[in-house]
Amino acid sequence: MRLSRSAKFVLAALSIATLAFIYLPLGVVVINSFNASKNMSWPPQNFTLHWWQVASQSSGMLSALATSVVVATASAAVALLLGTLLALAMSRYKFFGKQPVSLMVILPIALPGIVTGIALNNAFRTLLGIKLTIVTLIVAHATFCIVTVYNNALARLNRMNRNMEEASADLGAGIWTTFRLVTLPQMASALVAGALLAFALSFDEIIVTTFTAGGGVETLPIWILNNMFRPGKAPIVDVVAVVVVLISVLPIFFAQRLTAAEKSS
Amino acid sequence: MAENTPAISLRGLTKSFGSVTAVSNLDLDIKSGEFFSMLGPSGSGKTTVLRMIAGFELATSGQVFLDGEDVSAKAPFDRNVNTVFQDYALFPHMTVLENVAYGLRVRGVGKAERNAQALEALETVRLGEFGGRKPSELSGGQRQRVALARAIIVKPKVLLLDEPLGALDLKLREQMQIELKELQRELAITFIFVTHDQEEALTLSDRIAVFNQGKIEQIGTPRELYEHPKTPFVAGFVGTTNIFEADEAKSLFGKSIKASIRPERVEIVKGKSSNTHMGRVIEAIYVGSATRVHIKLDAGPKITALVQSGSTVDESWHRDQEVQVALNEKDLVVLETK
Repeated sequence: MRLSRSAKFVLAALSIATLAFIYLPLGVVVINSFNASKNMSWPPQNFTLHWWQVASQSSGMLSALATSVVVATASAAVALLLGTLLALAMSRYKFFGKQPVSLMVILPIALPGIVTGIALNNAFRTLLGIKLTIVTLIVAHATFCIVTVYNNALARLNRMNRNMEEASADLGAGIWTTFRLVTLPQMASALVAGALLAFALSFDEIIVTTFTAGGGVETLPIWILNNMFRPGKAPIVDVVAVVVVLISVLPIFFAQRLTAAEKSS
Repeated sequence: MAENTPAISLRGLTKSFGSVTAVSNLDLDIKSGEFFSMLGPSGSGKTTVLRMIAGFELATSGQVFLDGEDVSAKAPFDRNVNTVFQDYALFPHMTVLENVAYGLRVRGVGKAERNAQALEALETVRLGEFGGRKPSELSGGQRQRVALARAIIVKPKVLLLDEPLGALDLKLREQMQIELKELQRELAITFIFVTHDQEEALTLSDRIAVFNQGKIEQIGTPRELYEHPKTPFVAGFVGTTNIFEADEAKSLFGKSIKASIRPERVEIVKGKSSNTHMGRVIEAIYVGSATRVHIKLDAGPKITALVQSGSTVDESWHRDQEVQVALNEKDLVVLETK
């Protein structure tokens, strides 16, 4: 499609404005994490690493960070296992209720977090009679993390040449050997990408977390929420916010690179 | 094992997909060391038969014998046959050498040993230099040869080839045909070759089975099929031909039979005699080595004559030109009517 010069100009301006609207506030947070003023006066007069130092020594923040990493890693691992198996079943077999199952797996990502949160909270405490702990939190996160792994794995499996698995069997490999040497290596980058997205999804989740984390289990986003309006904490919250953004963005960046590399090869 | 045990025997082989019968009650023996082709249009069941021999599909009923042993219920990895796939199905994440060594790897052969054998197999197909490359870095013809090397390294009793030359251009295809034939002679193993290209089948095969609608219409050597087709389908599918319905044959030969005559046996002659028929040229198509002359005979039927370039009657025919066509009864092939 050819566009006139003025149309191009208008589109470019709109795109820049939209991106600026999204990223400038984030930029302010990053700059504020170095703002020497205690009450975040704008524009900053002086810059300092003081808040980063304070944050790095805050034991509450560090333990929340550790909790978040553990939860995100564990729920990504659960999602990786279940999502992969599910994708294999969907792409390789026909069975009763296949379409509904597929829909039900994808649905949790679209369900409002507050609904999922309340429902799981009820299920854990009332129906199952389990105390809320870090384990219930991991299970809760895994419910929507599965989707990213499942979608990535399924797309890859559907693009894969089925003859390759037949060729492997033909050359003498059993089912497990074929999976290990032929299917899995070709799925690997899609699985890593899916798991990284799952990690990012879990890492900054807050709504479901508030309903399913046990007492004393504090993830980093929850820590931010709890500390945001406390006197004198704002600069440290900015520092933590920058850390959260970095930890969430990096996996997505790598996941994109992985999928892009796969497509060009 | 007896000397004359067939490499492959199919008995009452039937495959249905739902209500569609792809292969119906097939009996076939393929001799050891034979270059055997299964020829037919797409959907005629030839590939399904191949997949049942390989073990990718299980027969609805009937049996597959490999060297006299019933393998009907065995998985592909338990059958001593290997397949060269139409799209080659090379493993994209492995190098060419790893691809070729795969069959040995899954049999637990050590790395040094299997790589040495893989290199040898690659040299057989003249790709010794290419072991370190990825399949994506090879041309279609080279991939084809890698697929061959990968299949023959495990020394199968029978090699199954599913339209292996279909994706190659004409020149390369002709070259690969020669190489395949040489390879088969060298390895002395049975080749079962699936193709829809009758010329390819005629060129390569010791024997050919012509498939139509899930059944074998005729089995024979290339010469038998071409010279003595038994059914209208075989006559029309193997080479081109003139087919006469019973009433048309009666007007030309005085016999009420369904029959065919090859265009190269139809002669255009100068003088009139007892076996000549008058006709008019509809169209003459010059194809270099010959000219295809389509003629409407005054007796009714249309007929095609193939006239070799440089023959005494060769000329530039024009539409509606009057010609004398000689038909010899000895060239007439009687076809079965169902």
